[in-house]
Amino acid sequence: MSQYILRRLMIAIPSLLGISVVLFVVLALAPGDPFSELATNPNVPPEVQAALRAKFGLDDPIYLRYLHWITAMAHGDWGFSFVSRVDVDTLILQRLPTTLYVVGSSQLLALLIAIPVGVYAATRPYSLFDQLANTFAFIGFSLPTFFTGILFILVFSVKLDWLPFVYTSVPGSGIPWLLEMIRQAIMPVMVLGLFQAASMTRFVRSAMLDVIRLDYVTTARAKGLGQAKVIVKHVMRNAMIPVVTLIALQMPAVFGGAIVTEQIFRIPGIGSLLISSILANDTPVVMAVTFVFACLVVLFNLIADVLYGWLDPRISFR
Amino acid sequence: MALLDIKGLKTHFSTDAGVLQAVDGVDISINRGETLCVVGESGCGKTVTAMSILKLIAMPPGKIVEGEIMFEGRDLVPLSSRELDDIRAKEIGFIFQEPMTSLNPVLTIGEQIAESLRRHEAVTKKQALERTIEMLKLVQIPNAAGRVHHYPHQFSGGMRQRVMIAMALACRPKLVIADEPTTALDVTIQAQILDLLQDMKERFGMAVMLITHAMGVVAETAQRVVVMYAGKVVEEAPVDELFGNPRHPYTQGLIRSIPRIDLDAEHKTRLEAIGGSVPILINPPPGCRFAPRCKHAMSICTEQEPRLREIAPGHRMACHLGDAS
Amino acid sequence: MISAVLLLLLIAAVVIGPFIWRVSISDIDVVAGLQGPSLAHPFGTDDLGQDLLARMIYGGRISLAVGLAAMLVSVFVGTLIGALAGMSRGALGYALMWLTDLFLSLPQLPLLLMLIYLFRDGLKAMFGPEGGIFILIVLVIGGLRWMPVARLVRAQFLSLREKEFVEAARALGASPVRQVVRHILPNALGPVIIAGTIDVAAAIIAESTLSFLGLGFPPDTPTWGRILYDAKDFLDIGPHWALFPGGAIFIAVVAINFIGDGLRDALDARKVI
Repeated sequence: MSQYILRRLMIAIPSLLGISVVLFVVLALAPGDPFSELATNPNVPPEVQAALRAKFGLDDPIYLRYLHWITAMAHGDWGFSFVSRVDVDTLILQRLPTTLYVVGSSQLLALLIAIPVGVYAATRPYSLFDQLANTFAFIGFSLPTFFTGILFILVFSVKLDWLPFVYTSVPGSGIPWLLEMIRQAIMPVMVLGLFQAASMTRFVRSAMLDVIRLDYVTTARAKGLGQAKVIVKHVMRNAMIPVVTLIALQMPAVFGGAIVTEQIFRIPGIGSLLISSILANDTPVVMAVTFVFACLVVLFNLIADVLYGWLDPRISFR
Repeated sequence: MALLDIKGLKTHFSTDAGVLQAVDGVDISINRGETLCVVGESGCGKTVTAMSILKLIAMPPGKIVEGEIMFEGRDLVPLSSRELDDIRAKEIGFIFQEPMTSLNPVLTIGEQIAESLRRHEAVTKKQALERTIEMLKLVQIPNAAGRVHHYPHQFSGGMRQRVMIAMALACRPKLVIADEPTTALDVTIQAQILDLLQDMKERFGMAVMLITHAMGVVAETAQRVVVMYAGKVVEEAPVDELFGNPRHPYTQGLIRSIPRIDLDAEHKTRLEAIGGSVPILINPPPGCRFAPRCKHAMSICTEQEPRLREIAPGHRMACHLGDAS
Repeated sequence: MISAVLLLLLIAAVVIGPFIWRVSISDIDVVAGLQGPSLAHPFGTDDLGQDLLARMIYGGRISLAVGLAAMLVSVFVGTLIGALAGMSRGALGYALMWLTDLFLSLPQLPLLLMLIYLFRDGLKAMFGPEGGIFILIVLVIGGLRWMPVARLVRAQFLSLREKEFVEAARALGASPVRQVVRHILPNALGPVIIAGTIDVAAAIIAESTLSFLGLGFPPDTPTWGRILYDAKDFLDIGPHWALFPGGAIFIAVVAINFIGDGLRDALDARKVI
């Protein structure tokens, strides 16, 4: 098992490198140079400009610049935010926990909805419950998160006035503060979680239906185990294997949804940081946040791989 | 009293094209300690008959529309799946055709055998494990104590079928239904598995219902034989009687299609095949279902369905030919 | 069926709409701002008193055009890469599949945002503000969504190229290009059409998301996402302003997804029980 994890790690590193190359090439191809503002600013003397260009290695050939950049990234030197006047890594580390908290809770919510609904629907295919679940799932993943977010605000904040629609992160402590923190996270987590739950329910249902008609399920039933035990121990356990992969493939979309959700509810996470830095032309932050998102996707793929190996003995024994 | 007595069983499937009459009025009985073979081509309803006994067919679309299945004097047809759970594996064990797909790939074989024991008998986890290892030894799996923790993909096809047998016999059922247990295996392994089954039967004294399409297997193992065609029983006889004096044209055809290597060259005849194929059982025409493929078909054969009747002690068949003579 | 009719209605509305509803999209009438639906303004007005129906029709044209164009880009790129990977038996196939997997694990939206951030000024200068952004958005959305198509096409190729009729064509000396164009591609078409249909919906969502984040078309170009973006600060006083464009996006996407699902069922008899 540990060997298997190690092997997956070895596969993850080239893909991280690949992503970094893609990002770097995009940046290098971009018209104009990231320091053009400095370059055109008459107040900056030419020798300072030249020094800056030399410092950032802008006159080197592209592969050298890439090596330069990637080693700096690896050393934790992620650059300096032009706008906020702090190091990019400090800025990101400040914002990252909020994003992970929102994304994590919504994934949890999605699983809590999708697994029972998908499993139950699959045990009664074409029943009323199944058809309702299917319809809701279909609507759910056709509704873009920005629209659900707006609908939620409209209903729960504007009309009913139950929940706050702006996320605040005043530090505090005590039960009332904690409750407030939970209360304000309800809508973003719901928006993101329901969106995820919709596609997950479909995955779970179809994976269950694929497994339920296999021979070993009949074997299990022939043992007199009872419906519930057969479904949980024999069908679900096997159906989860493809579901893990499908969920991992969804991760880029999840983080996309997180950016939108953070923007709607003004959650101070890295998604809203990305948008505000784009609007403020803060290139180092834009690059770094994009790279962090890429790392998160790769990390979650890695977790999915490990889960996969744990669920399927045929993989880890190879 | 017979151990299992199936009377007038009809299992139908609803499909888009209409009602498929997979099993259409089958009578089969098995005595205690007896080996009964059910033979017939693929699609003749033998597997559906076996699966109907424990309601292992998918319902819907499948449905037992008529008949009774008396097991030790108790009708299984009206029982719910939950009530049948007490009989499954405990009273009637099941061995499936495909050892490669009939074991759950993500559970160890020990777990899969032990869960049956733990369901039906009051045993601790440790006792269940011990009994499992004992069963694996009985079915001649080398290094049983170590192999018990292995996963199905670490076993060959023949070994997996041994595991399936151990699983079916773990709770010492009174009847074991083996649905083509050797079809998916290599010829050399087939004989081993049949020997093992025979061996187990003698050790535990259970009855065996062996479903097969291979007449060779029938000749080797059976005491009594039931021949099925297109969802119906066409002939039933003790094994010697059936091979010595087959009466139904279909049975005769089946026997003539066995290759004979015991005859010397000059006596060799061409291997005979039965022309045509099994009819589709959606709205079958009236009359004998074998009539379109039968060499002896008469006008009555396409009009009236022949009844199964006794022509000699223990020998029954359903054909109009017997009436004429 | 219903979804096909719905989608056709939507397309007809945005194509013919401007000829029937001849209200300018940019007539400002601050006095009549933020009005709910009425006879003069069936969908109401925004904060500047601009007619929402006219703006929706205009925006619908852009949204649907972006969706279709981006789908064409992704299907083209995907088919090309999938076909290459499916035909080559060597390192090229592996390299292309690795690239596909790499793209699949790229965080799409951040990358999309970054690309638009980096390139918009250059293209704006070349093709004008609207044309430039249109080309950029189409290329970027299409360029980030070709992977499923590539995988499908490759899988089809791998199974089809061993089929007898392709073997026969090969034995008869058909060139690889001829094999692909005449024998394999037509057979791989079904799944690609399904994937393409779903891609249109995904591209519409992607474009709306960009506009919604304020990073799509320029503010004076009212796409559905952009209208929603402008409306989100007025939810308490003018909810209609957000509901109409949001509803339009939803209806378009649901209809397209349903059609994709229906096509899948129609083309893949195996899935229908």
